[in-house]
Amino acid sequence: MGGLPAGKVKRTEHAYDDWQLRVDAMMMLLVGVVGGKKRMTVDELRKNIESLPPADYDKMGYYDRWVISLTQTMIQRGVITTDDLARKMAEVGKRK
Amino acid sequence: MKDLGAYRPLDYFQLMEVSLRELLVAKGVVTDDAIKGAMATMRARGPERGAAMVARAWLDPAYKDRLLANGSQAAEELGFEVPGLKLIVVENTPQQHNVIVCTLCSCYPRMLLGIPPEWYKSRPYRSRVVREPRKVLAEFGLRIPAKVPIRVHDSNADMRYLVLPMRPAGTQGWSEDRLAATVTRDCLIGVAVPRIPKQPKSRKS
Amino acid sequence: MGSVPIFSVGDRVRVRKAAPLGHIRTPYYIRGHEGVVERYCGAFPNPEELAQQRDGLPAQPLYRVRFRQKDVWPGYRGSAADVIEIEIFQHWIE
Repeated sequence: MGGLPAGKVKRTEHAYDDWQLRVDAMMMLLVGVVGGKKRMTVDELRKNIESLPPADYDKMGYYDRWVISLTQTMIQRGVITTDDLARKMAEVGKRK
Repeated sequence: MKDLGAYRPLDYFQLMEVSLRELLVAKGVVTDDAIKGAMATMRARGPERGAAMVARAWLDPAYKDRLLANGSQAAEELGFEVPGLKLIVVENTPQQHNVIVCTLCSCYPRMLLGIPPEWYKSRPYRSRVVREPRKVLAEFGLRIPAKVPIRVHDSNADMRYLVLPMRPAGTQGWSEDRLAATVTRDCLIGVAVPRIPKQPKSRKS
Repeated sequence: MGSVPIFSVGDRVRVRKAAPLGHIRTPYYIRGHEGVVERYCGAFPNPEELAQQRDGLPAQPLYRVRFRQKDVWPGYRGSAADVIEIEIFQHWIE
């Protein structure tokens, strides 16, 4: 990305939402920086982020990209399966 | 979960987060307590540790030498846990100004500065600060004279970076804490320099 | 590819110009450019391999290389003394 044309830097800042901090926390736990078993590397996370289609990359927020890539990595590692995820997402989606 | 009043469906990414977390907890890969603990740590982490290292370096030339030689060890010397961090500290002088970026993603010494701000992770910053640093710094309100070279550091692999800014003038006799308070996160990234607050602060214990 | 560093501080080095697939930590904008070794950072597991769930060993020597901005960007408008410093793995140096 370095050197490509882009607009002005927007310096607005905001506190992160809980769900975003949870994504951040899960990443730290799964790569093993805060103790616990190392289940993946940050390099796999980065690779999966880089694999996002460019149009999606720009539309997605930072933690949107992280949660997709983190989940993708867990499937690649066999920690969860696609079917696990499908069933869980259906269940969660029905709540409330 | 916060009570938002009116019902709001989760968006796709939040749905993914809940689903991933519940699966991982059910499988014993992570625990809710561990997640809460990590969240609390990062929510509470600001640039105080980086600022403390700078203030110590300003007051103790031997510490400054150690800081520039091995940033991680210098952090640990002050009691800051930085597991796995390979820290390089780069010094601003009248002959050079340093600024940090990660063009490839958002690498940042999180344990010393907290979670990076949105702009540091943004396309405009990552694309432009390597190519037109003076213009980007000017947009941050920092004008570096043409005769002062700029060193841009792209944090693209295993090292992480902190800028050691110059001590502002008019701070003779200041305590370490008071000096540290002039060092903001933006000073440690290199898009700002420490300034003495215009209004005198009320005395804090 | 081995773990032994073969370059020294002050050496002029050129970054390989290649555009392979996979996860790469050598920024595209610096490939093909020439700079000077600023320091040796140590040897680290190869991120290209770590990204593919392999162990990335043997660890690869990593250097910080300093480039003059005016050499990197056509029409660079800052000072001629402005530089950019980037970490380059030994196998990306030709």
